[in-house]
Amino acid sequence: MDKTINNKAWFLVLPVFLIVAFSAILPLMTVVNYSVQDTFGNNKFFWNGVGWFSELLDLSTDLGARFLASLGRNLLFSAIILAIEVPLGILVALSMPREGWRVAACLVILALPLLIPWNVVGTIWQIFGRPDIGLMGYTLNKMGLDYNYVSNSFDAWCTIIVMDVWHWTSLVALLCYAGLKSIPDAYYQAAQIDGASRWAVFTAIQLPKMKRVLLIAVLLRFMDSFMIYTEPFVVTGGGPGNSTTFVSIELVKIALGQFDLGKAAALSIVYNLVILIVCWVFYTVMTNADNERAQPVGGA
Amino acid sequence: MARIDLVDLAHSYGGDTYALKPMTMTWRQGGAYALLGPSGCGKTTLLNIISGIVTPSHGKVLFDGKDITNATTRERNIAQVFQFPVIYDTMTVGENLAFPLKNRGLARDVIGKRVKEIAELLDLTPFLDRKAVRLSPDAKQKISLGRGLVRSDVAAVLFDEPLTVIDPHLKWELRSKLKALHQALDLTMIYVTHDQTEALTFADTVVVMHDGAVVQSGTPEELFAKPAHTFVGYFIGSPGMNIVPAEVKGNEAKIDGHTIKLNRTYDSLPVGAKIEIGVRPEFVEVAPPAPGLLSANIERIDDLGRVRFARVRIGDVKFAAKVPNGFLVPDNTAGLVFDPAHIHVYADSLLVEGRA
Repeated sequence: MDKTINNKAWFLVLPVFLIVAFSAILPLMTVVNYSVQDTFGNNKFFWNGVGWFSELLDLSTDLGARFLASLGRNLLFSAIILAIEVPLGILVALSMPREGWRVAACLVILALPLLIPWNVVGTIWQIFGRPDIGLMGYTLNKMGLDYNYVSNSFDAWCTIIVMDVWHWTSLVALLCYAGLKSIPDAYYQAAQIDGASRWAVFTAIQLPKMKRVLLIAVLLRFMDSFMIYTEPFVVTGGGPGNSTTFVSIELVKIALGQFDLGKAAALSIVYNLVILIVCWVFYTVMTNADNERAQPVGGA
Repeated sequence: MARIDLVDLAHSYGGDTYALKPMTMTWRQGGAYALLGPSGCGKTTLLNIISGIVTPSHGKVLFDGKDITNATTRERNIAQVFQFPVIYDTMTVGENLAFPLKNRGLARDVIGKRVKEIAELLDLTPFLDRKAVRLSPDAKQKISLGRGLVRSDVAAVLFDEPLTVIDPHLKWELRSKLKALHQALDLTMIYVTHDQTEALTFADTVVVMHDGAVVQSGTPEELFAKPAHTFVGYFIGSPGMNIVPAEVKGNEAKIDGHTIKLNRTYDSLPVGAKIEIGVRPEFVEVAPPAPGLLSANIERIDDLGRVRFARVRIGDVKFAAKVPNGFLVPDNTAGLVFDPAHIHVYADSLLVEGRA
């Protein structure tokens, strides 16, 4: 086939290129630029090579210790909230009504937490948990529990986890509900005829049919919880001590608190890479799951 | 295996309208039945009542004389194949077939043996270790069927338009397979469809439903030769039966002022009923116009390959008639020659038996 080559067409791409360059490429390159340099002030920069990166991955340095500890906290946090929100979301979706006005009522109630801005969610729970004026904090203390998220790391973790579960379980539930709704009645009828127990119906029909939406839910929840910043920042400010300082909070501290641009730039690049890798893993898993469905074979 | 009796059965999904009007009928053990009717005539409701997915609002369902109206699907030992193949995605073909037996807690070696037998019967043996999702629709439909057959005590196998998603060239094959299975296993099979070809080729007894009621049940030949209801005449056969309003007196019928001789005598037709005569296009021939023949306007000729049918008009009534081989069709009008042995008289859509 003959192709017409018209170099003028490149001009049509130019506006997009300019916008992307201005909004993404230039800032990213600035970060890369900072990550390989050091400064002693006065806007004078020195070449530092991969210095920041090696420091970042070395536990014995201050930067490395802080980064790896916060990364560990982040992973632990994501693991905990996934372990709670996914089964809980499935459970909520399973117990939702399948038809009638109750469906609409449930959907609205479930969607409410999702519509609240992050910093408001943080503020709600910050006040809710206060031992002096917060409904939850006050009640817990009255019940004889020594609950104080400002001074006790365990309490701080519990508060943030419960907050995240409250905020985001709805998302998992809604996605699962959509997956469940797409299962034709015939499947349930066939299972009935086959004498399947409730558990067998769940494992043989519902779970496999929800697999794809569940993967999306897990991906979304992992990404969101891995990048979490606003809510814990508003509730605990990263404390007590460093116990709820996640990578994003650490990053802001280094970049804007200490103004260590080189360290912060290196950190954000590594942070970004971690997220990219996780995305790639999920993408691969999901497309593989798709391929499994394609190409029916034989059997007449 | 069972005989199924429906006693005064009726079903309403609420309100005054009946999805299924009161009926009493028997499905004999080992019979191959087709439940034929247009969409919305209540055939799927009837099927779901037999399988226990729907509990009827009136009447009883008996399996071998035992009342199972309120028994669960599981207790009834019914197998059902749905319109779209239902398979368990995560399982292999073998695991799919074993599923109903596993749920009933059978020993593993018994299950294995039974699954092998059924797979052999359905030509699924080469696929036993394959994931069931990857198979073609017809193989999936066989798995659905296999899950029903694998239980040795299954009372009846119900099919709800099972060939909907199957490629046309495989439909024939799968239907013959069903027929062969029916003969080999001596099972009661009930097959719901709106396709008359499917019904007539599969079943020894075709049950025609219309508007929530069974209008006729009989062999394909009976349905063709002697429709008990004008709907059966019209629904079965292609083209369907001609239904023409007529005045019937004694052994004569008057259509559009023209008198046709009948083989039987009709003395006691219900007064005030709508009287029609029905005759299949196969038993009416077009001929050159002649004084003794009912004349009709020819609208077009349908050539179906082996036969030609003339679409004609008598007054306002549309009519179809066979065109004899080698007959040169006149331009606009033709005479119609009736075969009196195949003319039926209907009063308010129901067949009236005349006196010989």
